[in-house]
Amino acid sequence: MKLGLVVDLDTCVGCHACATACKQWNTSGTIGPLSDERPYGKDPSGSWLNRIHSYEVGDSPHSKTVNIPMSCMHCETADCVTVCPTGASYKREEDGIVLIDQDKCMGCNLCSWACPYGARELDPDSGTMKKCTLCVDRIYDEQLPESERQPACVLTCPTSSRVFGDFDDPDSEVSKLTRERAGQQLMPELGYNPVNTYLPPRIPKQQDSIVVSPMQGVKQLVNRIINR
Amino acid sequence: MHPAFSVLIFTVTSGAGYGLLAWLGAGQLLGYTQTYMEGQQVILGVIAMVLVSIGLVSSTLHLASPKNAWRSFSRFRTSWLSREAVFAIILYPVAALYGAAIFWQWSSIDILAGLSIILALITLFTTSMIYASLKTIRQWNTPMVPALFMAYALISGGLLFLAVSGFFGSLKPQLLAVVMGLIVITLALKLVYFFWQGKPQGATIQTATGFSQASVRLLDAGHSAPTFLNREFGYQVAADLLLRLRIVMTLVTFILPLGLVYWVFDGAGRVELLALAWSIMMAGLLLERWLFFAEARHVVRLYQGEQRT
Repeated sequence: MKLGLVVDLDTCVGCHACATACKQWNTSGTIGPLSDERPYGKDPSGSWLNRIHSYEVGDSPHSKTVNIPMSCMHCETADCVTVCPTGASYKREEDGIVLIDQDKCMGCNLCSWACPYGARELDPDSGTMKKCTLCVDRIYDEQLPESERQPACVLTCPTSSRVFGDFDDPDSEVSKLTRERAGQQLMPELGYNPVNTYLPPRIPKQQDSIVVSPMQGVKQLVNRIINR
Repeated sequence: MHPAFSVLIFTVTSGAGYGLLAWLGAGQLLGYTQTYMEGQQVILGVIAMVLVSIGLVSSTLHLASPKNAWRSFSRFRTSWLSREAVFAIILYPVAALYGAAIFWQWSSIDILAGLSIILALITLFTTSMIYASLKTIRQWNTPMVPALFMAYALISGGLLFLAVSGFFGSLKPQLLAVVMGLIVITLALKLVYFFWQGKPQGATIQTATGFSQASVRLLDAGHSAPTFLNREFGYQVAADLLLRLRIVMTLVTFILPLGLVYWVFDGAGRVELLALAWSIMMAGLLLERWLFFAEARHVVRLYQGEQRT
């Protein structure tokens, strides 16, 4: 299995619900708590496993706002795992999820240096590295109804722009979406081979470029008169 | 990259220590320490290992959970940090045996001297590869980084060797010439590194976001106060200040010590000037290491809105 996420950049509205749901679930999950510094102060800071950045793509007036949520990509070539001197950082053989053993981490920060996506953050309180677990404590939990065995970010997304699944299965929804919508990896040139895939925004239909034949023109005119 | 002071101290002092140990061992093998008394050689070895130990203790200060530091010997097969820890520890008994061999004039002294040199160089190499192996920081991901780290260790260790030899009254002019030559070579390599670093290359905000055909600008970073990622990777220094510090660093690390060593070589300066030259070079190397971090630009900065690294 190769578990991961597909994020639809066309429908993501940048509401930060996924980040909030992630924090809420994981602060009491297997790697929790995700501690904060000065949570009610002027400059609150803390460890988050998912962050959303908003960009302006293209130049005005043909620009578009694109929101890119970033969490661990569960890379196939995960340098964050190989650089770890203690063995705290590991990638699971069975489903490819990259995890950190909180009891082994010595907080040297080297794995966060090796990660190009900013997926790893040092917890200011425990002094250990924290990262997305792909909600490993949800997706295999048989106490939950089957429809809820998904990461918290996916369940909460109001526009369903996050999809969870197995990329090794060619018939899974994530594989189909990646195929049909030309899903792409971020910063592929570094060679980390991230599993998470981003679907580029759909190209809007250009109304004025449709060629109308004289016959169709007459039909459209008649239709418009009748509809009036 | 945020320059953690403990890491600056670690790489500079342990580098000088390993360099000094290599010079001492090479003296045994090449014969330039034959005129030294046993006690003098042992003192040189002890100075080397004290510097190394100061560095290694300092390196543990930046760990957030040092209670787990003992586990860092376990991933020897993949992690350069783990390899560094292992070689740094192996060196201690070997260096102790070498010291004993000098003192009691064992017949195995040449083997132990050779082993000490090899282990010192390997440890230096593993330290530098922690940085050079990171694909995320293009300024570090180059074979020039290990070459420079080893060169710095050899010039700072070599200058310390000469300074202490000066106090023993057994200074050899040929060695002064060798160290001057090494300083010039290191300076040349550093200048090549600076020019290479200035060339635009690597990932951009286009490849980071996947919009390779359009201009991309950050609208909102998604947080209201600096995060761990900002503090660790977002270190900003004004470009003109960096340029001035580069010039200061080049003068203090290379040109001033070179001038002082030449003064002594020429016979005009007193040998005590070598100790001064070494102190100046160590200060320069601390600045060099600070620049090494301050000028390194991690690709995460692209997601924070920078156009290129």
